[in-house]
Amino acid sequence: MTASTGWVIVLLSGAGCYLLKLAGYAMPQRWFARPGLRSLIELLPVALLAALIVVEAVADGRRYDVNTARLIGFGVGAIAVWRRAPFILVVVLAAGTAAALRLTPLT
Amino acid sequence: MTSGVGGDAVDAAAAKQVVRDSLGVAIAVGSYGVAFGAASVAAGFSPAQTSLSSLLTFTGGSQFAIAGVIAGGGTAAAALGSGYLLGARNTLYALRLQPLLAVRGWRRALAALLTIDESTAMALGQRAPALSRVAFWWTAAGVYVLWNLATLLGAFGAQALGDPKRFGLDAAIPAAFLALLAPRLRAGPLPGRIAAGGALIALILIPLTPPGVPVLAGCVSLALAFDVRARRFRSPDARDAGGTS
Repeated sequence: MTASTGWVIVLLSGAGCYLLKLAGYAMPQRWFARPGLRSLIELLPVALLAALIVVEAVADGRRYDVNTARLIGFGVGAIAVWRRAPFILVVVLAAGTAAALRLTPLT
Repeated sequence: MTSGVGGDAVDAAAAKQVVRDSLGVAIAVGSYGVAFGAASVAAGFSPAQTSLSSLLTFTGGSQFAIAGVIAGGGTAAAALGSGYLLGARNTLYALRLQPLLAVRGWRRALAALLTIDESTAMALGQRAPALSRVAFWWTAAGVYVLWNLATLLGAFGAQALGDPKRFGLDAAIPAAFLALLAPRLRAGPLPGRIAAGGALIALILIPLTPPGVPVLAGCVSLALAFDVRARRFRSPDARDAGGTS
């Protein structure tokens, strides 16, 4: 990625995401009275986040990349999520586990 | 003693408790901006671009998604597409907050920037509108300040530390996404099926399509929410979501 592409992405994401927020304050309440549309928007992050988790966990570009330290770290993070640990603890546990495993000669 | 905020009187002790809770949420959520800062720099963005993203975009899910798609070799369009789709939920939050905050002019412009998962959840969780406003502004301001400071720390830290794999960032990012997803899965069985569908679609498409596409294609699993007989989408917490009848 070139530096200018980076700036374009950052500025367009900032403008677009801000307008999405502002739109909700500007539009009349009845626009979202349709329950179908409402549930679609509520469910959209579920599908996207699940797909992102898979891609981040096992993909490297267009190929599968199964990395033991990463998957065990992710698993420890998943247990923390299941135990309803706060965000920061989930991140620290997952990163710490993977980093520690990479220091051992096993992985 | 009571203090009137916007018409309805609020117990000062209750308001104080709300401020404390809001700052607690802000510390927990804001500090995780370190992970975004590091992920964004690892994806190839400069620390300045990374900081601007947190200042302007300010919605963690979209920011992480954009960094993730770029890191995986995806195009700018695919990255922005997943960022916007994830950011669309903020429109719904703003719509729900609109009558509660009752803001106009520059306050509305500011409220819009600060409308995210946490400020919305804290505002909607209060028993009185005045407490909702206290919760929204304190949570929002706290997360904004800490998220941006943490982003800086993560961005420069990652630059100094080098290979992000050495400190396990590649394991932390999917875990962070899971932490964002988990509360939505607890609404009922339908979100769980949609998540499984999205994950499966992405898994199959990884070697078949350009990077970034598997994430966007995951949205196809939303079809699972379509009630053919009623010709509309089921609510995430609908009781009949099992579809057995």
